[in-house]
Order: sequence, then C-alpha cells, then structure tokens
Amino acid sequence: MLDLNLDFAFLTPDVISGYIVKGFVFSLQLTLVAMLGGIVLGTLLALMRLSSKPWLVMPAAAYVNTMRSIPLVMVILWFFLLIPLLSGRPLGAEMSAMITFTLFEAAYYSEIMRAGIQSIPKGQVAAGYALGMTYGQTMREVVLPQAFRNMLPVLLTQTIILFQDTSLVYAIGAYDLLKGFEIAGKNFNRPVETYLVAAAIYFVICFSLSMLVKKLQVRIAIIR
Amino acid sequence: MADWDWQVFCKDTIEGEVIPRCFGGGGDITYLDWMLSAWGWTLSVSLLSLAVAIVFGSLMGILRTTPNRGLVFLGNAWTELFRNIPLLVQIVLWYHVVPAFIPALRGVPSFLLVVAALGLFTSARISEQVRAGIQSLPRGQRMAGLAMGFTLPQTYRFILLPMAFRIIIPPLTSESMNIVKNSSVAFAVSIAELTLFAMQAQEETARGIEIYLAVTGLYFISAFAINRIMHFIEGRVSVPGLIAAGGK
Repeated sequence: MLDLNLDFAFLTPDVISGYIVKGFVFSLQLTLVAMLGGIVLGTLLALMRLSSKPWLVMPAAAYVNTMRSIPLVMVILWFFLLIPLLSGRPLGAEMSAMITFTLFEAAYYSEIMRAGIQSIPKGQVAAGYALGMTYGQTMREVVLPQAFRNMLPVLLTQTIILFQDTSLVYAIGAYDLLKGFEIAGKNFNRPVETYLVAAAIYFVICFSLSMLVKKLQVRIAIIR
Repeated sequence: MADWDWQVFCKDTIEGEVIPRCFGGGGDITYLDWMLSAWGWTLSVSLLSLAVAIVFGSLMGILRTTPNRGLVFLGNAWTELFRNIPLLVQIVLWYHVVPAFIPALRGVPSFLLVVAALGLFTSARISEQVRAGIQSLPRGQRMAGLAMGFTLPQTYRFILLPMAFRIIIPPLTSESMNIVKNSSVAFAVSIAELTLFAMQAQEETARGIEIYLAVTGLYFISAFAINRIMHFIEGRVSVPGLIAAGGK
C-alpha cells in the first residue's frame, strides 16, 4: 500500500532559515497581536454589552453577532477589499491580516469575557459601589481581575484556535508558516514531505499548549 | 465605491454582456447561475461532512466513555489528532498527501476528499460533545442498566445514548452552523463553492462589494436554516421535565 519514498533530507538548516522561519515568525506575530488586541477590544465590547444603555448594547451585540456568523475566510477577504477602498491606499496582505484578525477575534474574546464578568456575583459590584468606588474603579479593581482569572483557560484555548486559524491568511497570500512550507515544497518538488512536517509542527505546538492549559486549569481554579 | 451595480450578476461569465433574464440559457452562464451552483457545492460539502462528523464523532465519543482503556485511548488520540491541526492543513493533507500514500484514493474526486477532511476535523469536536453528554448523566443510570442484565452495548443503546444525544443538541446545533462556515476553507483545493466563487468573480468583474455581500448573505441564510432545523428537532425530541425542554 505504501509506494512512496519520503525524503526529508532537503530540509537543511539553510532551507529552514530561508523559507520557514520568516513564515513562522509572522504566524506568531499575528497570533500575539490578534490575541492582545482582541482581548482588549473584546473586553470593551463585553462591557458595552453588559451596560444598561441600549445605545451601547445594540452596536456591540450587532458587531459580535455579525462577526460570529461570517466565515473567517470571508472576513479576511472583506477586509482585504475594504481597507484599501476606505483608506485610499493599498495595504500589504500581512498588515491587512493583523487588522482583520484583531477585529475578528475581538468578537470571540468578548463572548468569553462576557461570560467571565457574568460569573462574578452581583454583590461584589454592589460592594464596590457601597465603598464609594466609581464604575471604572469597580470594574478595574474588583470585577475584571477575577473575570480574567476565571476565564484564563478559555482565553488561552481560544488563542490556540486563533493560532490554527492564522493559516487561513492563505486566502490573501500572506507569508505565514504554512506558506513557507508550501513554497519550499514546490521549489524542491517535495510537497508531500513539507505538508507532513507543517502538520506535525502545528500539531506539536497546539497539542502541547492545550496540555499546558489543562494543567493551568487545575492550578488556577479558585477554591471557594 | 458608492455606486452599486447589481447587474453584475446578470452578466455572462465569458462575454461580460448583461443577459436580460439574468439566468443564462443554451450553454451561457451568468454570475448568478455560477453563484447558485457554488451555493449548492457549499451545502453539499457541509451536509455530507456533517453526516461523516456525526458518525465518527459519536463513535469516538462513545469509545471515550467505555470502561476499556484501549478504546478510551483510541478515542482520545483521535480527538487530539484532528483537533490540533488547522483545518486548512488537514484539507491540504487529504488533497496532496493521503492520495500519495494510498493509491486507491488517487481517482477520488477532490470534493469527497474535502468532505473527509472537514468531516473528520469536526468529528473531533463532536466527540468532545458526545463524551461530555454521556458523562453528564448520573452514574447510576449506567449501573442500573448493567444491573438489569443489559449488556454494555444495550446499556448505551437503550439508556445512555437516548438521553445524551438529546442533551447535546444545542452544542451540536452550533457545530452544524460552524461546518457551513468552515466549508469555506475548501476554496484552497479549488472546490467550486461560495468562497472560491467570491474570489474569482471579484477578480473578473472588479465588483467585489456586491459579490461579497451576496455570498455573505447566502452563508447567513444557510447557517440560519440549519439553526431552525436543529431547533425544530430539539423541540420534537425534548424530554419532558428537563430544563432543556423549555417549560413543556
């Protein structure tokens, strides 16, 4: 059944640093930027959705629900089309991907943060106000630190999914980890080997991260 | 960019002439024809993958709750394998790598390879849900089944699974909607589905906004239709007396 001779010998350090490292660095950059930006924006969106003012709730809810119901590839294409139209000048695929992923992931992170904030007993907010704290102080000092802590495993799991999804920048031709392997595979005429190695790398990273998250989940649980 | 030009959908895909009836005939294809056929591909890929995912996901989820360590390991390994590799990479693997290993698959249309990829990718998620559903049942139900003299398969068939599957309908609903969204990744191996249509039609007509709006709308409609169907099933099979039954 196996009539294939795999040959990984062409993957010398030179090839790896020439093709792979650049893409890997971009995938990591994209993941980090989208994670940090997404969590900040997502927290703001969550606070908007939980406010008592309809003019804050509605746009946030509409934004989150729209983003969550469109396939990510379509979102990537939309932004790649719209950003140059709106800003009037062309934008590289890499930069476009950074903006897209930050705005897209914000919707998913906001749902996580919303659940995290809602998991804090109401009495704590009331206690904050009773102590004379403003809304901002209550959120910053009392609610959000606990919400982050409770939701840390879920936020990290979402980040693993985000890292997997960065491969979809393929749609606009950005140079990421997968693209590096693809080009190396074409140039050395070894596509089967390069795709296998790419899959193995993604698997090792995502699997070990998810094991770490599991460990963290046990350690971080608040004992009540 | 403010000018809309929805007539783009009535254009012939080869000559670029507007056809008055919008649907081509006698061998002519308009962009509207092309888009509807792409929608058909999106739905076919999604529904077939969903079937594959439910079969394998249920099987692996069940294995993970059995008392047999070997079977548990198999189910866990399956789930971790298909969950930790990006979907795009899995689709590319099925398209370029699997046929290289298994010559019998070389003649198989790429449509079926994508169904296998998307189906098995989603099966990992469904296996998680099935496992969680079975484990959410009180331990006593399994014990009672075995104590009544049911074999293990009978306990699953008549006691555990009928309850577990009803419990996991809400997460299954969102996974079914995810599968429609994820089918868009099939563009990477040139399946003629909606996303590939959007990319190619945008390039040919330079009417990206109209094309993307229409395609996004079709994705909305598809996911919403699946949501309604699942909601209908949920109502029909709900167990009276549970919170999930919605007050019935």
